[in-house]
Amino acid sequence: MADLATTPSQTVGPFLHIGLTWDDGPYVVPKDMQGAVWLRGRVLDGAGEVITDALVETWQADPDGRFDHPDDSRGPAQGWRGFGRSDTRDGGYAIHTVLPGAVPGQAPHIDVSVFARGLLHRVVTRVYFPDHADQHADDPVLSSVPANRRDTLIATRTDDGYRFDVRIQGERETVFFDV
Amino acid sequence: MTTQEQLVGYRRDTDSHPPLDSPGYRSTALRHPTQPLTLLPHRLTEVTGPLLGPGRVGELDHDLTRQHADEPIGQRIIVYGRVLDGDGRPIPDSLIEIWQANAGGRYRHTGDRWPSPLDPNFDGLGRTLTDADGRYEFVTIKPGAYPWRNHDNAWRPAHIHFSLFGRSFTQRLVTQMYFPDDPLFGQDPVFNSVPEHARSRLIARFDLDRTQPEWALAFEFDIVLRGRDATPLEDHHG
Repeated sequence: MADLATTPSQTVGPFLHIGLTWDDGPYVVPKDMQGAVWLRGRVLDGAGEVITDALVETWQADPDGRFDHPDDSRGPAQGWRGFGRSDTRDGGYAIHTVLPGAVPGQAPHIDVSVFARGLLHRVVTRVYFPDHADQHADDPVLSSVPANRRDTLIATRTDDGYRFDVRIQGERETVFFDV
Repeated sequence: MTTQEQLVGYRRDTDSHPPLDSPGYRSTALRHPTQPLTLLPHRLTEVTGPLLGPGRVGELDHDLTRQHADEPIGQRIIVYGRVLDGDGRPIPDSLIEIWQANAGGRYRHTGDRWPSPLDPNFDGLGRTLTDADGRYEFVTIKPGAYPWRNHDNAWRPAHIHFSLFGRSFTQRLVTQMYFPDDPLFGQDPVFNSVPEHARSRLIARFDLDRTQPEWALAFEFDIVLRGRDATPLEDHHG
């Protein structure tokens, strides 16, 4: 079978909003969904400055820990998009969603991609939630991260949901993953 | 446990991509992680991904020359190709998003202020889905080059931004397509951030055969997303 080389990544540049924003992008679940939360945060550079030309994308399981995808062998979670995207032009991102359920063998989490001018390739991180602290010690991904940096992957509670800041560089730099 | 252990992951492609710290492109200086990345073995969250279907694409979204009452100014071009995985298999029914500057090199964006005119008939946004064989086609106009402030007298070569989802979180890719023989390549730190052996993968091929006589030039741009591992993942739960 062929072994083709992957097309290289390039930056989204400063005008990403033209191509990568949708009116319903932030709404993983509808506006009127019972029990929905806002996951909000800032994206910060190595000088601690807020990045206003980034795009944050989220991918997560439904509240039962399932994905609407043929590779989820438990059957499709129909009607569940699981995907959100928000730019940061207003100083941060905001995703309207519900807490994911536990995927077998892992604590509940959301996979996050960050794109921006100055990022030649996306960076990938994960959000975990303080509600599931009892499951975090056994999570294989959190366990693979140095103990003193794990808290960069755990959101904090707010009035309307959770806060998860992404620090691209510098003090308390967020843990990023090689996927 | 369940059949989760039979998941097949995706091959990593470390020799294709630019380093996040690329000093020639100044904006990377404060925007690259300095800590090493943590290896994330692929599990269910990474081998699944959004399968964004027809509801995302309007009837004329693939034709950037027909989105207004009149046609945009510029050289009309067809940009077509296939989206394949690293094993050469087509990736069907997959969303592609593109965005670009107009023929004068100006983006329809509040942040683009350089003195080249906007074109009232050009938004510079396109979307389409690949067909069952992974094929796609856009009709647009050739974007112009434009200046930026990265270094003295810096100009971006003409390019079209491409965003692809593939079938999984790990296949997600955003890139830029360039045109053959652009004299601006040599001074562009974004293009040259890619390892030298991989740069040609970002350059479309002029295709006389697909040119429409007395209508439009044609460029072919195939895109390769990661291929799958040969063997199922081991149990990572232990």
